[in-house]
Amino acid sequence: MNGVVDLAPPPAGTAGPLSSLSAPVVALVGNPNCGKTALFNALTGSRQKVANYPGVTVEKKTGQLTTPAGRAVRVVDLPGTYSLRARSPDEEITRDVVLGRLASDVSPDLIVCVADASNLRLALRLVLELKRVGRPVLLSLNMMDIARKRGIEIDLEKLASALGVPVVSSIAVRRGGTDELLAGLDRALGRDVTGGPSDWHAPDARELRRAQREADRLLRLVVQNEGRLDPGTARADAILLHPVAGIVVLLAILFVVFQAVFAWARPLMDLISEVFTWFGALVGAAPLPEILRSFLKDGVIAGVGSVVVFLPQIVILFFFILLLEDLGYMARAAFLMDKIMGGAGLHGRAFIPLLSSFACAIPGIMATRVIDDRRDRLTTILVAPLMTCSARIPVYTLIISAFVPDREVWGFAGLQGLVMFGLYASGILAALGVSFVAKRLFWRSEAGEPFMLELPDYKIPQLKSLALGIWARALAFLKRAGTTILSMMILIWVLASFPMAPQGATEPAIDYSFAAMIGHAIEPLTRPLGFNWQINVALIPGMAAREVAVGALGTIYSIDGGESAAEKIGQVLAGQWSLATALALLAWYVFAPQCASTLAVIRRETGSWKWMAVTFFYMLALAYAAALLVFQVAAAFGAS
Amino acid sequence: MSDHPLTSDRTIALGEAPVGFRGRILALDVDRAQGAGLPGHELERRLIELGFVEGADVELLHQGLFGGDPIAVRVAASTIALRRREAMAVVASSGGSIP
Repeated sequence: MNGVVDLAPPPAGTAGPLSSLSAPVVALVGNPNCGKTALFNALTGSRQKVANYPGVTVEKKTGQLTTPAGRAVRVVDLPGTYSLRARSPDEEITRDVVLGRLASDVSPDLIVCVADASNLRLALRLVLELKRVGRPVLLSLNMMDIARKRGIEIDLEKLASALGVPVVSSIAVRRGGTDELLAGLDRALGRDVTGGPSDWHAPDARELRRAQREADRLLRLVVQNEGRLDPGTARADAILLHPVAGIVVLLAILFVVFQAVFAWARPLMDLISEVFTWFGALVGAAPLPEILRSFLKDGVIAGVGSVVVFLPQIVILFFFILLLEDLGYMARAAFLMDKIMGGAGLHGRAFIPLLSSFACAIPGIMATRVIDDRRDRLTTILVAPLMTCSARIPVYTLIISAFVPDREVWGFAGLQGLVMFGLYASGILAALGVSFVAKRLFWRSEAGEPFMLELPDYKIPQLKSLALGIWARALAFLKRAGTTILSMMILIWVLASFPMAPQGATEPAIDYSFAAMIGHAIEPLTRPLGFNWQINVALIPGMAAREVAVGALGTIYSIDGGESAAEKIGQVLAGQWSLATALALLAWYVFAPQCASTLAVIRRETGSWKWMAVTFFYMLALAYAAALLVFQVAAAFGAS
Repeated sequence: MSDHPLTSDRTIALGEAPVGFRGRILALDVDRAQGAGLPGHELERRLIELGFVEGADVELLHQGLFGGDPIAVRVAASTIALRRREAMAVVASSGGSIP
């Protein structure tokens, strides 16, 4: 018998097989860094999925397992917390799920409190708090192997009787390491108890203090040899947290990550885009009606391809992020960067997402998940697209090589390289400026989140856990971003393809499309920027991916020659545009929200249209202002 | 255990302590952390949740490059990173404990 623990009504509209809806729910709760996620991975394996809680940016991780007694159990991995007092949206989710307040979700039949066996002190206080919730609690002392190796002895039986909850040990990273926990689940779920009524309320300082004292008393009672700093961690931190050496090491690590995302991904990305081009050509040659062929080739296949091509970057980036996180280094990186980033109103952890945005804002924005605080995370998402991504490079290169003379200045620097550097620097400075303003504009009323976090002991990451983490994120990216991005791509295709060119048309087909109409219509608006209607038209397919604008310019100026036409385009442009126009277009490209995929990812990651709109309009305003300034100043100096 | 008199003149706010400082927490006094990013009652609760309670042993392990901020503090069995302005609320006796 399953007991009568299933008092909660089955959730309405939750995805998943019917049979799993009646399965008892076990919630994993614990301090950050207690090895909870590794335990979750060990328990559920690949039978897990990552989604978002409705309306918030918090990751919702659920999975399934079958206990030795054959009981199907749903497991929810909740964000790490020190208390149910909920200081962030993540911790609110933990609190609401534990208390059964989340309407769209089931309430847990059993709370498994996961604790790092070598760092029990803060976890015990959390257990004392969880006991007041009125649901059955099970304490799992995780990473028992590490604790034993360090000579920490814990009397499990004594702890269980002192706490009044069952205590088991677990080693998430070892085969069979969860056996005791699974048996514990069977015992706890098999019992016909539903716990008492909840008398939990947000504890005040006095209650917290009392609970911590009680936890300390228990600790002295059941644990021997706790409290010493892990010698390996102490040795590593002597270098890694050294004020100077630590920053040098951090920069070296960041350089490797940047290199990897930027360079290692390249061959794979080329391969993917070749496969899609080949597939597109295959469809292009198929005996289909012209319009259907164009839709499949330029709309669907090119659209899907433009999403999938980011996958290698995302996988590589998340490999490093999860690796650094599992190692315990991420908290140290935040420690080292806190002061530098804090000056601009950014969190120390924003460094990695912003750095990866130099490759592409999409993995960068996804990587902001390492930032716990919602406001810090939103600020980082807002400024990430200002980092000069690799898709801007073809556009920059085209314009610079066509308009900026290739000569040396000051005896050592190439002028073209200097302009390129200036474009990168403008993006960075703008990002710092925008985050500075956003912090004051959007969250002025709220107190700044203080920097307070635990620096966990270093741990050797587990390949399986790493692989599962990357897999879940890659899948989530393809599934969620794919749908939104694809629909945007199709929209852009429609704009650039309809209405179709009349019979015997002499101009390129795009000249007859909605894109051209829009290009002409907004010409009065872009004239102060020095943009002609041809540029306006090129900017629209450029929304699909910035570099597409290069090809689009080629199409509009009727230059054939396909891929290798960039040089020819440059020559034509040099004859058609003034220097002021070219510089204004560069300035525009530094700031403009010229990437539908990025906007779609912002929409997905923030769970709101609002932040997508905020990003779009502030970037548009910056781009317009910058291009206007550049064009007017350049024209005044006679560069027209 | 707590043989350090509260009136000891060797008390110091953790926010002012140098690297290598060892001591025992005597009190949490949020009034001393005026520059903190949180109201006093909330700061006090967060500090307690991270293990800063009276009687706990503390040691200042590391500090950042600029202005010696933030700091990494060993509190009993955990290592906590925080900024000095918030650490001003933690009053400790210097000299530390002999284990």
